[in-house]
Amino acid sequence: MTAVAVSVPRRRSWFLLDRPKLVGPLFIAPAIFYVLALVALPFLLAIYYSVSAYTIFDPNYRFVGFGNFLDVMKSDIFRRTLVNTFVFTIGAQIIGLLLGKFAAMLLLREFPGRGLARALVVLPWAVPVSLATLAWQWMFDSLYSVINWTLAAAGLINPASAPQWLGQQDLAMLAVTVVHAWRLFPFGVVIFIAGFTSVPRDILDAATVDGAGFWRRNYQIILPIIMPIVLIAVIFGTVFTFTDLSVVYLLTKGGPMNGTQVLGSLAFQVGIMSGDVAHGAVICLFLFPFLLIAVVALLRVLRRREI
Amino acid sequence: MPRLATRLLGEGSFYAAVIALVTFAAFPFYWMLITTFKTDGDLYNLKSNPYWFNAAPTLEHIRYLFHDTLFVQWVSNTALIGLCVVAITLIVALPAGYSLARMSGRGAESLGIGIFLTYLVPPTLLFLPLSRVISQLGLQDSLWSLVLVYPTFTIPFCTWLFMGFFKSVPREIEEAAIVDGCTVIGAFWKTVLPLSVPGILTVVIFAFTLTMQEFVYALTFISSSDEKPVTLGVATDLVRGDIFYWGELMAAALIASVPVAIAYNLFLDRFISGITGGAVK
Amino acid sequence: MASVTASDIRKQFGAVTAVDGITLTAHDGEFLVLLGPSGCGKTTLLRIIAGLETPTSGQVLIDGQVVNDMPPRARGIAMVFQTYGLYPHLTVYNNIAFPLRTQGTSRQEIKRKVEWAARLLGIDHLCNRRPRQLSGGERQRVALARALVREPSVFLLDEPLSNLDAKLRASARSDLKQFQQTVRTATIYVTHDQVEAMGMGDRIAVINNGKLRQVGTPAEIYEHPADEFVASFLGTPPMNLIERDGGSLGFRPEAFLPRELLNGSAIVEMPFRIDRMEYLGSERILYGGLEGRVAKREVTAKLPAHVTLEGIHAGAWHEFAVRESELRYFDQEGRQVRQ
Repeated sequence: MTAVAVSVPRRRSWFLLDRPKLVGPLFIAPAIFYVLALVALPFLLAIYYSVSAYTIFDPNYRFVGFGNFLDVMKSDIFRRTLVNTFVFTIGAQIIGLLLGKFAAMLLLREFPGRGLARALVVLPWAVPVSLATLAWQWMFDSLYSVINWTLAAAGLINPASAPQWLGQQDLAMLAVTVVHAWRLFPFGVVIFIAGFTSVPRDILDAATVDGAGFWRRNYQIILPIIMPIVLIAVIFGTVFTFTDLSVVYLLTKGGPMNGTQVLGSLAFQVGIMSGDVAHGAVICLFLFPFLLIAVVALLRVLRRREI
Repeated sequence: MPRLATRLLGEGSFYAAVIALVTFAAFPFYWMLITTFKTDGDLYNLKSNPYWFNAAPTLEHIRYLFHDTLFVQWVSNTALIGLCVVAITLIVALPAGYSLARMSGRGAESLGIGIFLTYLVPPTLLFLPLSRVISQLGLQDSLWSLVLVYPTFTIPFCTWLFMGFFKSVPREIEEAAIVDGCTVIGAFWKTVLPLSVPGILTVVIFAFTLTMQEFVYALTFISSSDEKPVTLGVATDLVRGDIFYWGELMAAALIASVPVAIAYNLFLDRFISGITGGAVK
Repeated sequence: MASVTASDIRKQFGAVTAVDGITLTAHDGEFLVLLGPSGCGKTTLLRIIAGLETPTSGQVLIDGQVVNDMPPRARGIAMVFQTYGLYPHLTVYNNIAFPLRTQGTSRQEIKRKVEWAARLLGIDHLCNRRPRQLSGGERQRVALARALVREPSVFLLDEPLSNLDAKLRASARSDLKQFQQTVRTATIYVTHDQVEAMGMGDRIAVINNGKLRQVGTPAEIYEHPADEFVASFLGTPPMNLIERDGGSLGFRPEAFLPRELLNGSAIVEMPFRIDRMEYLGSERILYGGLEGRVAKREVTAKLPAHVTLEGIHAGAWHEFAVRESELRYFDQEGRQVRQ
């Protein structure tokens, strides 16, 4: 046994690939490049367009400073849109969160059919937004709405004056909010279940021995422990709702009369359908401060949890 | 026996709550299902009970869908886009996730969080400038525009998932491979990858579902019917004038939804541990 | 077959100095133990020698050649990790074959070597199993076989026994020692367990806070500790240290016996107040204090069990004594001085 294990040629160049300091950045570079090119760059472009008078029909770049911003902010439609966006987001979040927590608590308990129940509860979140929204659109149909049929059959409404879920302003807002919440709540369920099951058994047992009842255990022990995950989920959920355009676009296209218009759908209407890229970009940019707040909040939560 | 009564009441209300919840979540899908198989006569009859079949179920909507619309084309578009996007995502996110999982120090942490945060950037912020970029690149109205743009949200998310999965592979195994004669990349290839196959599979499925669910970019970039992915095509093309062909619409929605729903349910547990695993450590 | 030298190795992690200027040589064929408490830097030093970490300053030499710039696979070393680092997705056979495959060895050669290593370690009947089907002791032997099959110049072992049951550890210890004596390759072994160190090492290097405190044979270290740390770290119970003239006076519990058992002159007497007694079967440990003396911790005496004397029980005072030759003196800094 006199042979020595070194049979790898000692060429210097080979050892470059062994240096973690080289390989590490190399492995990350493509991801960073992709993100910079297709996220950071368009964002800068949005700013660039927002201070110009660029439209599809007149693609010459002319700098107009903040003129576009003033135009947009003075517009009643825009103000209505801003209010709508907040209303939908807050409404959908509250409903979605409460339902999610409630459903999670139900699903934590073992009962026959739990697997099926969970699979069904997850569906609204799993299925593509356009397809799910179409189903709701059919359910809200002006003539054949199953909801109206059921309400009429139960004697709660007069079929002749059945509510136009997508045609009346207040009802349309309600409808869109409910659909948002419906899409959101399974996400909440999943997060809450994950959170609940991650609380160590020992802590729960100790609390029980210490005399804590069901509600106290829940609100004073479990909730604070899972708060970080819940907050992260809330932040994500809020951002997704606030910036969503699909539900509104498909259900009402922002109508009736901009009654359900949200920032996303307004930006689409102005920027793509009307071709006014400059003003469209401004509307898009109004999403940004909100996004920034969400990011800062998220970072604070993450930092406190020392990932 | 008040005890029994309260227990029954408790159990009863528990199950009632569960049923109410499940109904709220799943009813639209039941509605999709039943609409697909109802004849038009049955569907558009104000007098009939909508909850069940009043005439015999029919396959005519499905037949129409497959023969007289571009549904099959849309599905194959979606498949193509999905495959390409997943491929790109794997090539970019796998090494990135590995690098972040193994790098030590605050820099790595910040970078990881930074990449994850880009997932928060909504398509509705970027779709407008991106549409200009796409037309500059001559990709407008082509599904390749989506293949180019979709990785912007799959990569950050999948990098985060991979980071979580790779962190759970013990370092010692890689170090043993390095001592045994592998380069850093060799050790990754021969030890970490084979051990992460379930995680990789999960990420592939989720990347695919992410591309299937996207709507905004598809709506913005593509207008020719035969380039559309299925989620766009169904929502826009199955409407003639102002008339919604609900039978076909629901059939299409149903068929397109089923694979995603199945995939999500099969991989949900993995997915959750991937997300929280990266965060709860 | 080679020697390994760590020359003035220093390693900083940010503001923390893990290894603070250690120079050490493991000679060809020698079993060198790096002994120290958790966090003292011994594992870091081992990893630097292996090439898994780069030193902030200092050199690693294998067989006289500086290997700082070489990755682990080019250094001719083999390593066994604390949790063995076995590849869970490969069979035992493929685990052992792995390092040969990365070198591009031929299939017959691989078969020959793997079977030889497996036979040497008594695991040839396990070749088709996966690591998760093996016991702790079996896994350790697979890790050793994998290290052996590369025929390295140096074996590096990082606390390989710490994951075994206490009972298994003793037999694993002697197996390992025998293994090394058969193979006769220089071995560097990291542990925090001084019994392991004393039982296995040809020489022991005691490390604390990143610094090398003493290097020597087990006898040298035990009987002539270079400072208070070494004196206290080795030996159970630890050496008694009594304050004296700014420094300390030390004597081992087994040297601290009832006066009547010691004959001859050159004996220092100390009245011993016994507070409590532990009967451990083969010996008795007495805990207490000395009159008029300040000690760093409870003064202990270790008596063989067959010694039973009147008046030795809890609560009693008894005249105890130590031979002068067993006394050790330590100065203010804790270093040993001759007197």
